[in-house]
Amino acid sequence: MTDWPILSTITFLPLLGALFIMLVRGDEATIANNSRAVALWTTVVTLFLSIFMVAQFDGSTADFQFTERVSWLGGGIDYAMGVDGISVLFVLLTTALMPICILASWTSISHRVREYMVAFLVLETLMIGVFCAMDLVLFYLFFEGGLIPMFLIIGVWGGARRIYASFKFFLYTLIGSVLMLLAILAMYWQADTTFIPALTEIGFDANMQTWLWLAFFASFAVKMPMWPVHTWLPDAHVEAPTAGSVILAGVLLKMGGYGFLRFSLPMFPIASDMFAPMVFALSAIAIVYTSLVAFAQEDMKKLIAYSSVAHMGFVTMGLFTATVQGVQGAVFQMLSHGWISGALFLCVGVIYDRMHTREIAAYGGLVNRMPIYAAVFLLFTMANVGLPGTSGFVGEFLTIIGAFQVSTWTALFAASGVIFSAVYALSLYRRVSLGRIEHEGLEQISDMNRREIFIIAPLAVATILFGVWPMPILDVTASSVEALVSNYQEALAAHYSGLSGY
Amino acid sequence: MINDIGLILPELVLFLGAMGLLMLGAFSSKDATRAVDFGAIILLLVATLLSLGQSQNGYATAFNGAFVVDGFAALMKALTFVATAIAILMSRDFMAREKLARFEFSVLLVLAATGMGMMISANDLIALYMGIELQSLALYVVAAINRDSLRSTEAGLKYFVLGALSSGLLLYGASLIYGFSGSTEFAEIAKAFQPVDGQLPIAMTIGLVFLIAGLAFKISAVPFHMWTPDVYEGAPTAVTAFFAAAPKLAGMAIFLRVMLTAFPDAIIAWQQIIIFVSFASMLLGAFAAIGQQNIKRLMAYSSIGHMGFALVGFAAGSQDGVSGVVLYMTLYAIMTLGTFACILSMRREGGMVERIDNLAGLSQTRPFMAACLAIMMFSLAGIPPMAGFFGKLFVFRAAIDAGLYGLSILGVLSSVVGAYYYLRIVKIMYIDAPSDDNYQPMPRELSILSGVMAGFALLFFVYPAPLIDLSNIAAAALLNGAGTDVVTGLISRP
Repeated sequence: MTDWPILSTITFLPLLGALFIMLVRGDEATIANNSRAVALWTTVVTLFLSIFMVAQFDGSTADFQFTERVSWLGGGIDYAMGVDGISVLFVLLTTALMPICILASWTSISHRVREYMVAFLVLETLMIGVFCAMDLVLFYLFFEGGLIPMFLIIGVWGGARRIYASFKFFLYTLIGSVLMLLAILAMYWQADTTFIPALTEIGFDANMQTWLWLAFFASFAVKMPMWPVHTWLPDAHVEAPTAGSVILAGVLLKMGGYGFLRFSLPMFPIASDMFAPMVFALSAIAIVYTSLVAFAQEDMKKLIAYSSVAHMGFVTMGLFTATVQGVQGAVFQMLSHGWISGALFLCVGVIYDRMHTREIAAYGGLVNRMPIYAAVFLLFTMANVGLPGTSGFVGEFLTIIGAFQVSTWTALFAASGVIFSAVYALSLYRRVSLGRIEHEGLEQISDMNRREIFIIAPLAVATILFGVWPMPILDVTASSVEALVSNYQEALAAHYSGLSGY
Repeated sequence: MINDIGLILPELVLFLGAMGLLMLGAFSSKDATRAVDFGAIILLLVATLLSLGQSQNGYATAFNGAFVVDGFAALMKALTFVATAIAILMSRDFMAREKLARFEFSVLLVLAATGMGMMISANDLIALYMGIELQSLALYVVAAINRDSLRSTEAGLKYFVLGALSSGLLLYGASLIYGFSGSTEFAEIAKAFQPVDGQLPIAMTIGLVFLIAGLAFKISAVPFHMWTPDVYEGAPTAVTAFFAAAPKLAGMAIFLRVMLTAFPDAIIAWQQIIIFVSFASMLLGAFAAIGQQNIKRLMAYSSIGHMGFALVGFAAGSQDGVSGVVLYMTLYAIMTLGTFACILSMRREGGMVERIDNLAGLSQTRPFMAACLAIMMFSLAGIPPMAGFFGKLFVFRAAIDAGLYGLSILGVLSSVVGAYYYLRIVKIMYIDAPSDDNYQPMPRELSILSGVMAGFALLFFVYPAPLIDLSNIAAAALLNGAGTDVVTGLISRP
């Protein structure tokens, strides 16, 4: 491996693109076209770089790879980057979704294109940074920094209630995160560093773990989002532009799960074990309750947003089983939900761009005019339900297996959630696509154009490919997850044998 | 004696220079305002270099221990002088357009800077009082410099009356402390002020409380903050820009020095007071700013809140805490001056506008100004990666180490409340539709200054080490009395 800092390059390349866009001069149309082109090329180059990085990644070890570390704030707080089996695929997910987002905004964003593209590229840098950071303060910087561009994306290019939604998104997430900041500082004073591998090894005492776990939970539960702090998500999704929703569902939600995986489980195993029943309960509620809520929605985006909350319930459930299957399944579910929900939001975007409404009742019978669209939408609806053969199945199945080993009741509720998700997803599909066309405006609606098919095709390929052949993903994450789980069980065993010794 | 004069050289240069500029202004046949402004800036920069150079001597006292020069004083003075120079630079266009251009303004600011230098270096209660009064008297006058405006004169008068009251409190506290310790010198007070069986003599505690009240007034911390919104709103904007930065730096510096060098063993007594003041300031700053419509008034509450955050590090009472306060105050001064550079550019055909609503749609009419102001707002809100975040990070780091969990939790929660009103300004600029009447172009020096400061706030995270090291060195110098040289300490750092 060379000394070339590939992770920093991948992380900060989009920022360079953003800088370039800001320097573009000319009349409005020129600026808009050049901004689009620069943003697309930047994200494509970043994607290729990250593919190159993943190709070089060594899946047989649980260690961090491509590490970089230079002195930054002093006193043990460094600029440290690195990826392991858990984070490397999230980097790829981020870089892969970005060009799709840029293309999805190609025509639907027509005013203030330059600022829009800058915001997206800055957001990409911050998102990649979250998954690459090997230092807690650096992680926090990327984690929180992402709020600024997302606030602007929702606020400036969003729908009618965008101001409410953007403030809610920002303040909700911020209030969770600031408590985590204090926990980070408390950890710093125990370890004299915020280097993540060092913090993983230190082993905080049980009482302190409880408090630290709660503080981290406050942040990640909001970000995830878990019931009952999920209410910002439907608002943010409904008001955000299509590409904003894709990124929100595809990547931003994954940061919460990633946080649990990177910090809560390995650093506070005792507290995680203690709070696992609570997480199971919240996950089960999320799966069942939000599925029912989703069924009652009249707005397509809101429906998909609630379904995201339900799917994230599987993730939290799988993570806190702390079994290899559960954690593997959770990681897989996060990645798979990344492209499936992204694709669903794109599907909504396709018809929204034509009809300018997201009301389910305004559609019906689309299969008559839009056969390709109906097929694509069906594929992703099925994937969302978790039909075997799609990637949605693998993650749900693995997490439920994991849950069965730990708590049968949780697994039972979760499995019933799969049925509920079939109820709302199929009913959405029926109401939008099937039947006869009854609304006049729909009679002239055109099918997906080449750009739209081109955008959505890679997501469809991923959904089917990893549905029938999930091994490439599971192989990459295996060693890291196994190491994580065995360390977790060892820490628990050590703690409880220590207690029984008295 | 010669040695003593060497130690007060920065203040001496400022003072003599101010007298010279006064003569120039008074006896020059034509309007000398521009020349005096220029001279004042040069004087302040010379004084900055002198005080940075002075720190090579390490720890030294002059005039029988009444005046101290160390790494802490050198750094804080340099910051204060530079902030004053920037305030003068920013004021020039404003004062000329508002027909307030008088040479006395710069002369008064230089005199105020002299007073601030004396405050920062004070090592004795008398010297402290003299420094504060020299500073304050100059500030009272500049608050009322627009003497034909009712608001401005009201601001000046209000500031004077309340300031005099706080000086009285401070003097009363000082006299009690002197009465019980037998000395006005900080080191002697520290020796006398020892708790017996964990208890302090009650009269000395009362003296301490009065002293803290007087000093808290100068940094506008709750519950001694009432003057701030009125004075900020009433004073001409250029004056407000100055008030918000340099005097706060100097006030915080002397506050730290008094508590940590004169009452180091009485930390149990003053820590609870600082905790209360800090907590109340953060909370009031966060909640009271929400309803404000005038941007200067909003900045007043914002500065109250920020003093609360800086005091979080102070309450820790440790070296990390002091270092955090120094870093916080430095970043605060930069952010505030940058924000005021934008506020000073809010000018339309009919004159200055001050309402927040007037910023509507600024991102489309004046994208550069909107971007600068937005960066400042995010930075003031403490959102990473902006500079303001690192200030908060370091003060809370010290507070957690000192076990101040309750204060820290309330602090970060109030920063979320505060984020609301900073976001509101961003929302008005970026989301709301622009109003018809356009802003006049930003004056050149203001656009350069706000660009530089916004760039600093945005890019601080790339290479934060020098400023952090400087704050650490200054904190070590204050607490250990160690002879550390700021400049060479920075160059020779590992």
